Amino acid sequence: MIELNAQTIAFAILSALILGGALGVVTTRNLVHGALWLILSLLGVAGYFVLLSAPFLAAVQVLVYIGAIAILFVFAVMLTRSMTSLGEVRNRQWWLSAITVVLLFLLLAAGIIFPVWGRGAPGEVTTLSATVGGAAELGAALVAGDGFVLPFEVASILLTAAMIGAIVVARDDEEEAA
Amino acid sequence: MTGCVDIINTLAPCLVRAGWNADLANLLSLLLGVVIVATVPLLTVILLIWIERKFAARIQDRIGPNRVGPYGLLQSLADALKMLTKEDITPSGADRLLFNLAPIITFATVVLIWAIIPFTPLHIGADLSIGILYFVAVGSIGAVKVMVGGWSSNNKYALLGAFRTIALIVSYEVPMILALLVPVLMAGSMGMQDITRAQGGMWFIVVSPLAAIIFFVANLAETGRSPFDLLEAESELIAGYNIEYSGFKFGMFMAGEFMHVFTVAVLTAVLFLGGWWGPFVDQFPALGFIWLGLKTAVVYLFMLLIRNTVPRFRIDQVMNINWKFMVPLSILLILLQSFLLRLIGELGLRPAPEQANDLLANIPQTVVLLAGNLVLGAIIMHLLQRHGRTLREADEALAAVQGAGPGGLAEA
Repeated sequence: MIELNAQTIAFAILSALILGGALGVVTTRNLVHGALWLILSLLGVAGYFVLLSAPFLAAVQVLVYIGAIAILFVFAVMLTRSMTSLGEVRNRQWWLSAITVVLLFLLLAAGIIFPVWGRGAPGEVTTLSATVGGAAELGAALVAGDGFVLPFEVASILLTAAMIGAIVVARDDEEEAA
Repeated sequence: MTGCVDIINTLAPCLVRAGWNADLANLLSLLLGVVIVATVPLLTVILLIWIERKFAARIQDRIGPNRVGPYGLLQSLADALKMLTKEDITPSGADRLLFNLAPIITFATVVLIWAIIPFTPLHIGADLSIGILYFVAVGSIGAVKVMVGGWSSNNKYALLGAFRTIALIVSYEVPMILALLVPVLMAGSMGMQDITRAQGGMWFIVVSPLAAIIFFVANLAETGRSPFDLLEAESELIAGYNIEYSGFKFGMFMAGEFMHVFTVAVLTAVLFLGGWWGPFVDQFPALGFIWLGLKTAVVYLFMLLIRNTVPRFRIDQVMNINWKFMVPLSILLILLQSFLLRLIGELGLRPAPEQANDLLANIPQTVVLLAGNLVLGAIIMHLLQRHGRTLREADEALAAVQGAGPGGLAEA
């Protein structure tokens, strides 16, 4: 059923990257290593986007998640030097997170295997989209009235609020008084 | 002309015709394309190091390398051999894997950019529809190598150096990306070939000189070269994040820096100086390589001139230039440029698609956009001048008060 071609091989390699990276994140005791494993995993996801003919999302994935968020992680971890290597487990909540993760996994697996949500009968192959979406289509959809203009604007308000919040938090009180 | 679309596709059809397996031929030509695209900058850098040293020497009234080979041309080769034979030291307590990984990431991130450089109308590694975004994304990985190199050395000075570098890189990425939006707006595409082709009538540096300047300066900062070399500042600080590196690994960081500068020169030439456009490109596409090389050389020599003649900025100046000048200016520029482009469309000044490469047809559009840029630039320069004068007067007033203080006491 699974054809062995370049795409399948690439998929296998990328999956190994993602899963291996994710495993590294949760098993390493060194927070910097953890952040770097995360970068590896995110890079694999960018590869998935390329396989799905969504180069724009792949580039954004690298730019936002690796170039910005992961760098921020590494930065924060390095500034707190005593945190770079944790010797012991600090709390007893591991079983709670284990249950959450297993439940989430089951939920996702069920959603993929049984077509509970969305269209498509079992066994029917559905193509995601007839056209390969480029950046132009995405951009038009984001600002079109019948597209995603509302979520787009809501997200931008959220980001603006976050930026203002960051400025307020970082602001020096004494400087204001002077 | 069948199949001669880019480097990658030129070889495969010929091999298939000669009776090769199609998949194998494709793979082989792909590999060959990758090797060519990755090797050109690597080999060029060896020559560029010599040019840079000669150039700096002339400015500083020296002769420069002149012992190895004619005019010292082989000096870089000798230096590379020397680097190879040097002892490779890994500091105790270093994170061995990451320590070795950082120079490799450095090299990879720069070489990856070359995949999207259009050498001629037909030759490009990969004409991605998201070319510009690819460049930005790959460039942002550059911060990872600084972090990894600085942290894994197990040296607090290396770590501090990494923080300095990251602060600079992350700051100057903002105006750089905003300035990149101008060529994208003009060309209506993020693909590098599309952007180059859109400059057939008029180069973007004429259409929007402000964007070209912002892009150039921001990239100058990204390379960490003078006047933005406070990251390494040999005379005041010990070097940056790569202080613990020695031997060939240090050589890789150094060559990576040289290659980054060269890459910036090529990108500036492609995005703002018309890339491969030049006389007779229509008849002989391969000529584009030479035109692009000439334009790159001009930008590169200009960068060397700046590096060797402009004094270093202080850290507060670097941050002020970025956040209080370049970022607001680039945002204003984007707003102005998109408004003017819309206006041009409404007024019908845009050249017809079949005349897009005609210089005369492009003049009305260019005049409007250029005028907009110049007015914005004049306003900004005026504001800066006034601000500078206020600061100077405040300084003088303060100095006068302080100078009068003790004098007044003495009189009393």
